[in-house]
Amino acid sequence: MSINLVLKGIFSALFLASVLRISTALILPALGGLITDLSGSINISLEGTMLVSAFTGVIVSGFSHNVWLGVLAGIAAGVLFSALLAYFHLYLGTNIILAGTALNILASGGTVFLLFMLTGDKGSSSTLASGVVPTVNIPIIKDIPFLGTVLSGHNIFVYGAFVLAFLINQLLYHTKFGVHLRAVGEDPVAATSVGINVRKTKFVTILVSGFLASLGGLNLSMAYLSSFQRDMTAGRGFIALAAVYLGGRKPWGTVLAAILFGIADALSNQLGTLNIPSQLVQMIPYAITIIALVVYGIRNQQKLIEQTKRFQERELARSKSEQQD
Amino acid sequence: MAPLVEMHNIVKIYSNGVVANNGVDFQLEKGEIHAIVGENGAGKTTLMKILYGSEQPTSGEILINGEPVVFKSPVDAMKKGVGMVHQNFMQIPSFTAAENVVLGHEPAKGVRLDKKKAIEVTKELSEQYGLFVEPTAITETINVGMRQRIEILKILYLGVEILIFDEPTAVLTPQETKDLFKAVRVLIEKGKTIVFITHKLREVKEISDRVTVMRNGKIMGTMKTADATKEGLARMMVGREVFLDIHKPAMKRGEKVMSVQDLSYVSETGRTMLRDLSFNLYAGEILGVAGVEGNGQTELVEVLTGLRVPASGRAVVDEIEVTGKTPREVRQAGVAHIPEDRLSNGLSLASSIDDNLIVDRFDKPPFKKGLVIDQKVVENNGKKLIKEFSILTPNGELPVSSLSGGNMQKVVVAREFSSDPKILIAAQPTRGIDVGATEFIRDQLVKKRTDGAAVLLVSADLSEVMSLSDRIITMFEGEITGVFPNASKVGEEELGYYMLGVKRQTAEEMEAML
Ligand SMILES: Nc1ncnc2c1ncn2[C@@H]1O[C@H](COP(=O)(O)OP(=O)(O)OP(=O)(O)O)[C@@H](O)[C@H]1O
Ligand SMILES: [Mg+2]
Repeated sequence: MSINLVLKGIFSALFLASVLRISTALILPALGGLITDLSGSINISLEGTMLVSAFTGVIVSGFSHNVWLGVLAGIAAGVLFSALLAYFHLYLGTNIILAGTALNILASGGTVFLLFMLTGDKGSSSTLASGVVPTVNIPIIKDIPFLGTVLSGHNIFVYGAFVLAFLINQLLYHTKFGVHLRAVGEDPVAATSVGINVRKTKFVTILVSGFLASLGGLNLSMAYLSSFQRDMTAGRGFIALAAVYLGGRKPWGTVLAAILFGIADALSNQLGTLNIPSQLVQMIPYAITIIALVVYGIRNQQKLIEQTKRFQERELARSKSEQQD
Repeated sequence: MAPLVEMHNIVKIYSNGVVANNGVDFQLEKGEIHAIVGENGAGKTTLMKILYGSEQPTSGEILINGEPVVFKSPVDAMKKGVGMVHQNFMQIPSFTAAENVVLGHEPAKGVRLDKKKAIEVTKELSEQYGLFVEPTAITETINVGMRQRIEILKILYLGVEILIFDEPTAVLTPQETKDLFKAVRVLIEKGKTIVFITHKLREVKEISDRVTVMRNGKIMGTMKTADATKEGLARMMVGREVFLDIHKPAMKRGEKVMSVQDLSYVSETGRTMLRDLSFNLYAGEILGVAGVEGNGQTELVEVLTGLRVPASGRAVVDEIEVTGKTPREVRQAGVAHIPEDRLSNGLSLASSIDDNLIVDRFDKPPFKKGLVIDQKVVENNGKKLIKEFSILTPNGELPVSSLSGGNMQKVVVAREFSSDPKILIAAQPTRGIDVGATEFIRDQLVKKRTDGAAVLLVSADLSEVMSLSDRIITMFEGEITGVFPNASKVGEEELGYYMLGVKRQTAEEMEAML
């Protein structure tokens, strides 16, 4: 295939639509990563949580022939899975990185094991007829050329991701719980001194992050694809964490960063048609993640230096005016 | 009528066996400012921690308005109207002042926060008590004085009646201290009651109605401030006569040991903190540096001790250039350093007292034996210095973090004095230290100088600089504005003019005296 065709592909409405679809599986866990990071106990088992939910959703919907039961079960599994992390970390005092890593490994192995037990296949659930969530056609918009293709006709998780981003933003900055969450993350001693329950706050936050990650997982196996594949999350739970930092630890910033990674992902799909080694192409999303983080790190450092400078200048001015009094 | 607060027979034994309070009876009357003084480790902070619920007494009871109360946490105490103005501010750096004031008890409309209300409440309280803060300023960008006011507003918002201040002025500049005292008086006018822990007897006399003296976990007495004298209080605290005046034998100035030439320093952010500084330091003298904090003194000390690299110029000790060298090389040239920020530069809080006392010499005999450190020698060294410098601790194996603030400083002082330096650079050596220990440290400084060491003394306490120094230089905005070769002949007011840059000597005038 020629470059021309690829370029045409990239600048098409279908490509943009695919970016939205692909990004959803990053936006949702990234929001979960964001809130836990802000609360001071970052959930690094997003990857495992997504996997567990993706698996549970497929299995339950497959055996019950009910999509919604599958979705509910997937959410419940994800929330329970993160409750495990919260319990280890907050009540037994385990290091969250260690506990999270252990859970990720458990999820990866455990889903394959159960998959084999239940379907006799170690790679995918394709023998099982599992459910797919419905898509939504937005009235009026769907009839606008180009825009209609980009925005309309997605599955409910795509729209859900943006609604949740809005809600998380509200939660963090406009509710008591959000303020307490951020206070706990920045200075737990100060938060405790005014009667905020640090452990409870972190516990609830981790559960909510489990909910968000579970939607991300379900999006992979019950919308983007219609089956479970072993390790189908492919590091999205970790890229989501990178998006948190790249997004400046703000909800909309995180969403934008997740979309950036989504673009890289979609791009590698497009380029896959070119005559380049596929391994190289598949590297793109991960390479872009690293480059973006480095650029972000450098920019941040500069910003910090400027901030200190402004602060000192102001203080100097203040001390001068004080001396004049 | 019963007193507002009664603490009966309070005993507090920490888990490491330290008896911090040993049968304390303490009473607080409504509407008074009650100062608590006492040596480092006397148990002042502990007693107040018990009153505001952050520590639980081993035995004893607390009555508020005649009613027995039990505080399991500061939140319990807050509900009964007792609040603490923390010295290490309990604030969320990225929040605004108003958000910090209402933290934990935010006004809300349904589930949505009412941010306008938070700002209003902060403004109202701020005006009501004359504690100026900018409600929308981000906390991490504002200065210490305002952060302290936020801390006060925070507990006022929760409706406390009793405010406990633990060494509130230790972090403040003289101007900020004045403002704080003004605010404290307003608080009293509005019917609040205040406990004020301090080491500065001048502050006790200035602000308090009554004063309680603690020693060794016990109360030595409570009296009306009007009936107390500084000397009497000092004697009660220490259990012996304390000489607030310093006895200083005549100076025998020796040869030049350090020469600083055209030293300039520019901070990471591009601000010039030191501008072409030149002076000499002689054996057998104490050279005092007077200046309002933030005029380059910290940077001067840190450049001279190898913690910062100067932009230009140099400092020479015995023909060897020390600027740009590592702190270790500077030490090897015979320079000892009592740092201003002892918690981060002077001590390793998690390490034992013994280890902290040898960090500058562990690689030399007798501490080094073959390839390893001789623990026996380390331990004995610790024992000796703990005794000599009266560091209050059951033993030297405990981490420095278990010591009271003043005793931490003694560990630094003990290490630096015992290194037998040729040059001693002391930054704020007596900050946060009780009168007894202050007297001891000042005596030691004078003794070192009389024995032939050169001392560079930087202190925010003008009276300390004036009474200890043989020669004084004043610093303003990174420059030397005056030299006073005869420290005993210059008045406080005169120094003040030079410290504020109102008066300046010309370079020619200064040259001969630097
Ligand atoms: N958390 C703790 N664990 C063990 N010992 C402690 C603890 N806090 C204080 N101590 C010890 O209790 C004694 C009293 O300490 P406290 O802090 O009450 O003294 P202080 O009078 O406030 O002294 P300073 O003037 O130096 O602040 C000291 O010997 C100190 O080492
Ligand atoms: Mg104390």
